[in-house]
Formats: sequence, structure tokens, C-alpha cells
Amino acid sequence: MSKQHLNFLLMDAPYEQARTTTGFRMIDAALRKGHDVTVFCYEGAVALAFAKQVPHANAVHGRDAAQEDHPNPKDWVAALLDLAQEKGSKLTWIQCGLCVDERGVGEAVAGTVRGSPADFHKAVEAANNTIVIPTR
Amino acid sequence: MPKKILHVVRSAYRATIEEQDDTVLWFTQAMKGAGADVAVLLTENAVNYATEGQDCSGLAFGRKKQTQPPTIDAEVAKICSKGIEVLYVAEDAKALGLEPTDLVGGPKSISRKEVPALFARYDLVFRW
Repeated sequence: MSKQHLNFLLMDAPYEQARTTTGFRMIDAALRKGHDVTVFCYEGAVALAFAKQVPHANAVHGRDAAQEDHPNPKDWVAALLDLAQEKGSKLTWIQCGLCVDERGVGEAVAGTVRGSPADFHKAVEAANNTIVIPTR
Repeated sequence: MPKKILHVVRSAYRATIEEQDDTVLWFTQAMKGAGADVAVLLTENAVNYATEGQDCSGLAFGRKKQTQPPTIDAEVAKICSKGIEVLYVAEDAKALGLEPTDLVGGPKSISRKEVPALFARYDLVFRW
């Protein structure tokens, strides 16, 4: 299959819904196949790339922080950006700027960019297809 | 020609107090402003967005008052005035006890059985 450009809109905040993991899996699969991907994070999803997320220990599990290796979505975002580079794909990770500001999550992992719905519109026009994964 | 996009809104009153608007209706207007060809279909509880005379003013937490509450019905009317087609599912309105006279001017009624044909008119359908 020739290189495709897929566009995703994510809306759920981290640690809330399985939809986030599903979306990340689809993005990962597209990048592994060498396709280009644009992700527009809207509303709570802008916190997915928030750089100040920290892993924690889990007393219920009886594990310290290192043993628990608690997943932080910011690391998933960074890993997807690394994967794109490795595969020669382009991953554009856009953070809705107003959503970022109202939540105070401006410190995002490297490689993400600030944008607006106009950038989503541009991606819709440029992409072969778009999937919106809204919150419920 | 831009792609024709239909935003289907079904999740109503999600974060409307904090956002002072519905997030999808706001997004639709922002996309329109960027040149997108967009339309809106209100379904399920979101049909209530078109009900005229909604008033959620007066909210206060302690001394912190909400001075600019959302006016979703006015937003729906404004969206229509911008040339964005707004439709609602008639059966969903009826289920909510809403008559056409209860709604702001602008939105058009569509029956549930007409929805597939409506979808076929658009390049992309985003179901929020």
C-alpha cells in the first residue's frame, strides 16, 4: 500500500477511558506501516503530552515506583514521535492551544506543536481519512 | 472544494458550564471560520440544545459567580445565521417532549429514517 496520511482527533483526558489506548494503538499501527499521521488533541486530550506527569509507586501492588513502572501517556506520545522518525513517517502532534491554556498544561513533551481547529481543518483536507474519537 | 463534513452531536451538556458553550458546536464554528464546509446534526439529548429560552445563569460557588453562562440556544441560532446547516432528529425531539414551536428558529427537522441518506451527502461524518 502506498503511503497514506491519517488524521486523528483525540478528546479524552489521560487515565479516564480505554478509547485513549485504542487511539494510540491505531496511531502506532499506522506509523509502523510507514504512514503519515496527524493527531489533533482537543479538550482533555491535551494533557496526554503534559511533560510533568510522573510515575508512582503502588502500595496495593506491593511495588515501588521503579518496579511498578507506571505508564505515563507523555511517554507514549514521545515513543510514537520516536517511532515515526524510526520508520521515516511524519507524525504531527497538535495541541489545541486554548485547551492547553485553560488547563495549564503548556509544558508538553518535545516534538508536539500548538494549534487550533484551523489546523485540524487543514489536516482533514490533506489526509486520506480522518477519525474523530470523542469523549462520552 | 473543501470536504463536506457533518458533525453529529449526541453527547449533550458535557462541560458546557466550564466551557461556556458546547465544545462541538464551538469547534464547528471554528472550522467554519477556517473555511470548512460543515453542518450539524443534533441527535438524542443534544436536540435539547435547540430549545429556546434556556437559562443557566446564577451559578455561584462560594463568592465565585459564573458571570458568562453558556447560552446554547442562542449559539444554535447563531450557527444557523452563519450559514451552517443545523438539523435535528424529529423522533428524538418528540421523545424529549419538544414541539417545533419550542425551538429556536433555524434548525431543520429530519426523521430518523432519513439519516442514512443525509450521511451519504457528506464526505466525512464525525459522530461526537
